[in-house]
Amino acid sequence: MTDAPSSVEKPTDPAIESGLDRLTPDRIRQVIQQVLKNETGPRFKAYVETCMRCGLCAEACSYFLSNDRDPQFMPAAKVKNTIWEMLKKDGDVSKDFLRRAVRIAHLECNACKRCAMYCPFGIDIAYLMLLVRRICHKLEITPQYIQDTVNSHSVTLNQMWVKDDEWIDTLQWQEEDARDEFEDLQIPLDKVGADIMYSVIAPEPKFQAGLLYQAATLMHAAGMNWTMPSTPGWDNSNMAMYTGDNEISGRIARAFFETAARLRVKRIVMGECGHAFRSVYDMGNRWNSWVMPPFEVVHALAFYHELLTQGRISIKEKYKKKVTLHDPCNVSRGRGLHDKAREVVNMVCEDFVEMTPNREHNYCCGAGGGVINCGPPYKAERMVNNRVKAEQLAATGADVLIAPCHNCHSGLEDVIQHYDLKMEIKFLGDLIYDTMEKKIYEPGA
Amino acid sequence: MNSFIAFIMGPMVWISFIIFLGGLTIKLVGILKAVRQKEPYIYSYVTLKHSLRSIGAWMIPFFPRSARMSPVYYGISYLFHVLLFLVPLFLASHIVLINEAFQISWPALNDQVADWLTLGVIAALIFFAVRRVMVPEVKFLTGAMDYVLILLVMLPFLTGFLAYHQWIAYRWITVIHILSGELVLIIIPFSRFSHMLTAPLTRAYMGSEFGHVRQAKDW
Ligand code: SF4
Ligand code: SF4
Ligand code: SF4
Repeated sequence: MTDAPSSVEKPTDPAIESGLDRLTPDRIRQVIQQVLKNETGPRFKAYVETCMRCGLCAEACSYFLSNDRDPQFMPAAKVKNTIWEMLKKDGDVSKDFLRRAVRIAHLECNACKRCAMYCPFGIDIAYLMLLVRRICHKLEITPQYIQDTVNSHSVTLNQMWVKDDEWIDTLQWQEEDARDEFEDLQIPLDKVGADIMYSVIAPEPKFQAGLLYQAATLMHAAGMNWTMPSTPGWDNSNMAMYTGDNEISGRIARAFFETAARLRVKRIVMGECGHAFRSVYDMGNRWNSWVMPPFEVVHALAFYHELLTQGRISIKEKYKKKVTLHDPCNVSRGRGLHDKAREVVNMVCEDFVEMTPNREHNYCCGAGGGVINCGPPYKAERMVNNRVKAEQLAATGADVLIAPCHNCHSGLEDVIQHYDLKMEIKFLGDLIYDTMEKKIYEPGA
Repeated sequence: MNSFIAFIMGPMVWISFIIFLGGLTIKLVGILKAVRQKEPYIYSYVTLKHSLRSIGAWMIPFFPRSARMSPVYYGISYLFHVLLFLVPLFLASHIVLINEAFQISWPALNDQVADWLTLGVIAALIFFAVRRVMVPEVKFLTGAMDYVLILLVMLPFLTGFLAYHQWIAYRWITVIHILSGELVLIIIPFSRFSHMLTAPLTRAYMGSEFGHVRQAKDW
């Protein structure tokens, strides 16, 4: 594991650069003051005033650990290099300062909140970094690729510019394919009053339609009364949440819940995605003034657990290869699903080894929090910044890595390739699909 | 001189305690009011149960993973915080003064023991200072103010130690001892020492977010 941080060339991002060109000192000051004074409150004040500069949060951060303990990458240092300086200068910061601040907030922090578990005061540095992203958003210096996904959200209400007919076509195509396995299988569209609305993120129809096929098979075999919306509102991903574009982020979550309300479903089940879960379980609902989500939101991990423990799905023969499990921050640290995840893995696989640290303390995949969405220009540094993950994976000696989150999955695939780890990577759903009995559930049978 | 000493040992003690307790109270009320005004959502998430769960977990020595990863620092810091309150409150000569003023008293630490514990506090502060120089990630965060804070806390303990042994300029040392003790009390509400109030609050909030919403542990 070779790369030293200095060997990574810092790319120039056209969106950041052209944004910086447009800025005047007045505008910079105004925006920073507006956000830090009007959009924060006692919580922010307490975080800034309470930090004792003790450095204990350093141990938490995979960026710090991966970069040979370079202080610049420790959580509180990221606050020092952004927020403290903005406060000290009352917003009068230079463009060079901002160029660095965007990178810190967007590329050197996953907003994974691991550090909040290592700071004795529970200071939430992810919150502070998202605040910096909010400032960058208002200054219009958000990195190009992730800004494009937000633009897509804004226009289409999905992340990948999927057109309305393309969405429906993809579902029908997967339905047709899946009929090879179950001849009367359906992906029921807009079925009002169904028990479950199943929702996915836009990369599924765009690049990984097979996952829709698998999910449909699972639903069908388990005999669920389910539906998918044909209209915008089907995508539960939310990149605006990570760029500080709270207004669009709120719109996305609102459209999502309104779709579920229109279909009058009892609950929402979603695919294996971490940030999407965070959006509808934790953040998007708040922006729309729901303390907790207005619908029960069930992440795939919990759903698999339910299907297997209720016997709606049974495993024909357990998966043989040695597997390990990555705990996605947003559903373990974010929703405590790690124990259920382990139970499912043990029900499906024969040979499971833990990676350490695990559960709430797992290292982030290095892709989450919108980092991978900043695109290919930043891939090289992303690999350097996640060396600890590679070491953690290598130490398990597993053949297969289960990553039940889309971002984690893509990020870890890159890690495996870059560090030449001899591992396959799978979703948990892939393994269930491979090992399950392909027959339809009959109550009492 | 005598009237000056009478002042710093009489009214000034009152003034210091009033500023210390009053300042913290005003700060607490200010925070709670500001939360209601600007971030009322916080009240929707904070639960007593999860707040106490988190604060409790973080009070148990070496229980959080963070503490197990830095046992030396946490161990010293833990003892330091205990002694910071224990030594002044249970020092025989302090209790005598309180007894003279209010006719109340409580068991005191043996003077010898207190002497060693005072040295312990001073040693812990020296450790904190050295750590600020030696550990790169801590050094990176450290500013002049951090050393000032260390010195401020050290002063009453150091002078207390010297006054007890009466090696040099007893009278002056005692005056500095009293004044620095009062100074520390007075600045608590206005400095980062106010973490004695805010730390439980931030922990309670994070503990509630983790316990109540995230249904995960935060230690
Ligand atoms: S939120 Fe995660 S990535 Fe960001 S500073 Fe904290 S530990 Fe590091
Ligand atoms: S652990 Fe907490 S108090 Fe210490 S430096 Fe980090 S954020 Fe500040
Ligand atoms: S992508 Fe996965 S591991 Fe990474 S932040 Fe999201 S949930 Fe965490």
